[in-house]
Amino acid sequence: MAEKKQFEKGKMVPVPSVSIIPERDLDKTPILECSHLGIDFGGLTAVNEFNITVGRTEIAGLIGPNGAGKTTVFNLLTKVYQPTRGTILLDGLDTHGKTPAQINRMGIARTFQNIRLFNNLSVEDNVKIGLHNQEKYSMFSGILRLPKYWRQEKAAHERALELLSIFNMEDLADHQAGSLPYGAQRRLEIVRALATNPSLLLLDEPAAGMNPSETAELMENIVKIRDTFQIAIMLIEHDMSLVMGICEGICVLNFGQIIAKGTAEEIQSNPTVIEAYLGKQQEGGTD
Amino acid sequence: MSKLKNMKQTTKTSIFTYALVIAAYLVIQALLGRGMLSRSTQGQLVPICCYIVMALSLNLVVGVSGELSLGHAGFMSVGAFSGAVAAVSLEGMVGSPALRLAIAMVAGAALAAVAGVIVGVPALRLQGDYLAIVTLAFGQIIVNILQCVYAGVDGGGLHFNFLDPELHMTNGTPIISGPKGTVSVTKISSFTAGFVLVLISLFVILNLVNSRSGRAIMAVRDNRIAAESVGINVTKYRLMAFVTAAALAGAAGALYGLNYSSVAPVKFDYNQSILVLVFVVLGGLGNMWGSIIAAAFLTILPEAMRGFEDYRMLVYAIVLILVMLATNNDNLKALLGRLIPRRKGAADNG
Amino acid sequence: MMTFLTNLVSGISLGSVYAIIALGYTMVYGIAKMLNFAHGDVIMVGAYISFCTTSYLALPAWVSVIFAIVVCTALGVVIEGLAYKPLRQAGSLAVLITAIGVSYFLQNAAQLIWTSNTKVFTSVVGSGSIKLFNGQLTITVAALVTVAACIIIMVALTLFTTTTKMGKAMRACSEDKGAAQLMGINVNRTISMTFAIGSALAAIAGVLLCSSYNTLIPTTGAMPGIKAFTAAVFGGIGSIPGALLGGILLGIIEVFTNSYLSSELSLAIVFGVLIVVLLVRPSGLLGKYVPEKV
Repeated sequence: MAEKKQFEKGKMVPVPSVSIIPERDLDKTPILECSHLGIDFGGLTAVNEFNITVGRTEIAGLIGPNGAGKTTVFNLLTKVYQPTRGTILLDGLDTHGKTPAQINRMGIARTFQNIRLFNNLSVEDNVKIGLHNQEKYSMFSGILRLPKYWRQEKAAHERALELLSIFNMEDLADHQAGSLPYGAQRRLEIVRALATNPSLLLLDEPAAGMNPSETAELMENIVKIRDTFQIAIMLIEHDMSLVMGICEGICVLNFGQIIAKGTAEEIQSNPTVIEAYLGKQQEGGTD
Repeated sequence: MSKLKNMKQTTKTSIFTYALVIAAYLVIQALLGRGMLSRSTQGQLVPICCYIVMALSLNLVVGVSGELSLGHAGFMSVGAFSGAVAAVSLEGMVGSPALRLAIAMVAGAALAAVAGVIVGVPALRLQGDYLAIVTLAFGQIIVNILQCVYAGVDGGGLHFNFLDPELHMTNGTPIISGPKGTVSVTKISSFTAGFVLVLISLFVILNLVNSRSGRAIMAVRDNRIAAESVGINVTKYRLMAFVTAAALAGAAGALYGLNYSSVAPVKFDYNQSILVLVFVVLGGLGNMWGSIIAAAFLTILPEAMRGFEDYRMLVYAIVLILVMLATNNDNLKALLGRLIPRRKGAADNG
Repeated sequence: MMTFLTNLVSGISLGSVYAIIALGYTMVYGIAKMLNFAHGDVIMVGAYISFCTTSYLALPAWVSVIFAIVVCTALGVVIEGLAYKPLRQAGSLAVLITAIGVSYFLQNAAQLIWTSNTKVFTSVVGSGSIKLFNGQLTITVAALVTVAACIIIMVALTLFTTTTKMGKAMRACSEDKGAAQLMGINVNRTISMTFAIGSALAAIAGVLLCSSYNTLIPTTGAMPGIKAFTAAVFGGIGSIPGALLGGILLGIIEVFTNSYLSSELSLAIVFGVLIVVLLVRPSGLLGKYVPEKV
C-alpha cells in the first residue's frame, strides 16, 4: 500500500532532459551489455536469460519483488558469482573469468545491500582505500616514506575530501566509519565506490532505511553524481518514488527472469509488472 | 602545542611508541652503567627485545591483517638457524661481531621471508580457525624439519646434511646438530642490537600500516568482500602482511639464536608461538606499544617471581585468565570502567 | 604382511584414542565455536586421577576409570563455568587465550601436585595380548579395548545426539544459538552439558592413552591434544563421524610413517597430510562448506 502511494507522487526530481548531458548519445557503444546471462545454484536457476544494455550516462533501475534475483544480478556483474551462462561486455570488453577486484579495475564499482564498510577505519581511510588503484607507490616507498609517498598521500587526502564533499561529509573525515549513523554509512559506501573511478556504478538499495527527506536528497545526489562524473548508474531499489523519479530505463525482474523493460511510464502501466507486484486483479482486492 | 593538537591520532601514537622504546633503552643503559641490574635481568635484555619484535610482527598478522597465526615461532627458528650458519661461517672473514650480527639478521630475515612465502601461499587460501590450525601445523613441520638438519663449516665451505649426522668435514666446526640444534655458537648478540631491531621493526610496521599497502591490508581484515569490490588484490595483501611479519620474526630469531651458544629447535614449537600470541592479545590487537609492554612485562614476570619458584607459572596462568576475563567480560568491564575514568572518545579529536 | 597388519592394528588403536579426544574437541567447537586448547590437559588430569586411585588407594582398575570420568566431568563443567561462560559475548581470540591460560594452569597445577617426574602407569586392562596366525600377529588387550571403547562411544554419542532431547538441543545450538534460545532451549545448560560430555571422553582417552604408553607426565596430554585437534579439523570440525574418521586416519598415518618412512619426520608428515587435505577440501573430509553471503 505504501509503495502504491509513493508511485503517485514520484515526481520529486524531474527526469533530467537529454540536453543536460550532451554526451549521452545512443550511437556510442553502451557501457554494459549482458546477453543470455544466467546462474544456477545446484540445479536451481536463480537468474536466467538476463539481457540488458546500459548507456554510458544512463541511470538504470532494477526492480522486482523480494527474491527476484536483483542482488544476484549485481553479484554476477561484479563476479562475486561466476555466471553459469552468458556474457557480460563492459565497454565492449568481455569480463569472462575476471575476479571481483579485476572487475573493479575494469570500471564497475558497487555498494552493498547490507552495508560493508571498513568499520574500524576512519571515514577518510575508507575513501582512500577506494583510491587504492589510483595511488601507485610501492610497499617499499611507503615504508621508507620516499617523496613519491608524500606526494601521492597528499593528493589522495585532497581527493578524498573532495569526494566526501559530494555528500557534505568532509567534517566526518576523522570519524570511525562503523560509528557513523546509518544514512551516513550508506552515503560513505557510495563515496568509496566513486573513489575507484568507475564507469558504471551499481547501487544496491541506496535508500534503504532512509526517511522521505533523506531519500529526496539522495535522488538529487545520484543525478548530480551522474552529471558530474559522466558515468552510468544502475540501482536496485524498493522505493518507487526514487526509481520512477530518476531512472531513465527500468528493468523488472521476477523469478530470475526479466518481465519488463522500459521507461517509468511504460513500466507503471505494464500489466505483467502490476501482476508481479500486486497479484492478479481479481485476487488483489486489498487495495 | 597547537601543532601537536592538530596532529592525527595515528601520528601521535607512533611518536609515543618510538619515545617509549628510546626512553626505555636510555633508562636501561643508565642502570647498566651504574651496575644496578642483576645478572639474571641483564641476561633477559636480549630475549626481551626478541620477544618484542616477535610480538610486533605477529601483531601485524593478527591485529592488522586479522589472520590468526599459531606458527609464528616457526619463522623465528628459521631465522635463528640460518643466522647461526651465517654468523659462524663468516667468523674468519668478517672481523667485526656487530657487522656479523647484522649480516646474520639480514640472512635470517631473508630465509624466514622465503619460508613465509612457502607457508603463506597455500595457508592463506584458508580463513579463520582453519588458517590457525594450518599455521600451527606448518610451525611444527618447520621445527620437525630443522630437527633433522646437520650443518657445519670447514675450509672447503659449508656442509649440509639431512637426517645424516655425518658431515665428512676436515677440521670443521659443527653449527647445527639435528635435535640438539645450534652448537658451539659464539654469542655476539647485544642489547643495543636488540634495541635497533625493535626500532627497525616499529619503523617498518608503523610506516607500512599508515601507507596505501597498510590500508589495503586493514581493508581486507575489516571486510574482504568490500575490499575486493574496490579493486584490492586480497591474496597479495594478506601475503604481504604475513611475509613481512615472517621476515621480522626471522631477524628476531637470528638475534635470539646468537644470544646463546646452543638453541634446540624444540624451543620454537607451538608453545612459543602461543606465548607470543598471548603478548599480542594482552597488548591489544593492532596496538603496537601494547605489544611492546606486554612482551617486556610478561618476559620479566616469571623471572621477577623467582621468589616463589614453584608457583610462578601457576600464578602466571591465573593472571592470564583473570586479565582476559576482566578485559572481555561486559559486566567486569563496566565495573572497571567505573573505577578508571574513561579515556576521551575517538570522535572528539580533530 | 604381518608387520603391515601389526602396524594397521596399532594405527587403528592409536587412532581410536585420537578419535575419542577429537570427539570432545569437535563437540565443543560445534557448539561454543571455540578452540578448547585445555582439552588435552583434561586428558592428563584423567590419567593422573586413574593413576592415583590404583596406586595410592589400591582400588580396582574399573573404579579408577569411573573416578577419573567423574572428576574430569566436574572439572570440565567448572572450567566452562568459571573461565569460558563469562566470555560468551567476547571475541573468539579472547576465548582462545583464556583456554591457553587454563591449559597452563592445569599443567602447572599437575606439576605442583604430582611433580614433573615420570609416573609409570599400569594399564587398566592388564598387559595381556592375543596371538594370531601362530603367534605372528600380536594384538594387545589394551589395543582391543581402545578400539571397542571408541566404537561404543561413537554409537552412544550418535544415538544421544539424534534421539534424546538434550542431544537435539545440542544440535540446535550448534546450528543457531539465537534461534535455539527462542525455541526455549537453555543454551547455557546445553553448553555446560557439552563440556561435561567432552571432558568425560577426555578422561576415558587419558586412561586408554596411558594404558598403551605406560608413562605419565604433566605434559602428557598436550601433544595428543594437538594431534587430536588436527584430526578433528581433518575430518571436518563440528562433525561427529568426521572426528572418528579423522582420528583413525591420523593414527594410521602416524604409525605407518613411523615404521615405513621416517620416525624423525613423522610429525612433519602427519601435519603435511593435514595441510594437503585442508587445501583440497577446505572444510575437512566430512565438514560442510558454508560460503559467505553477499
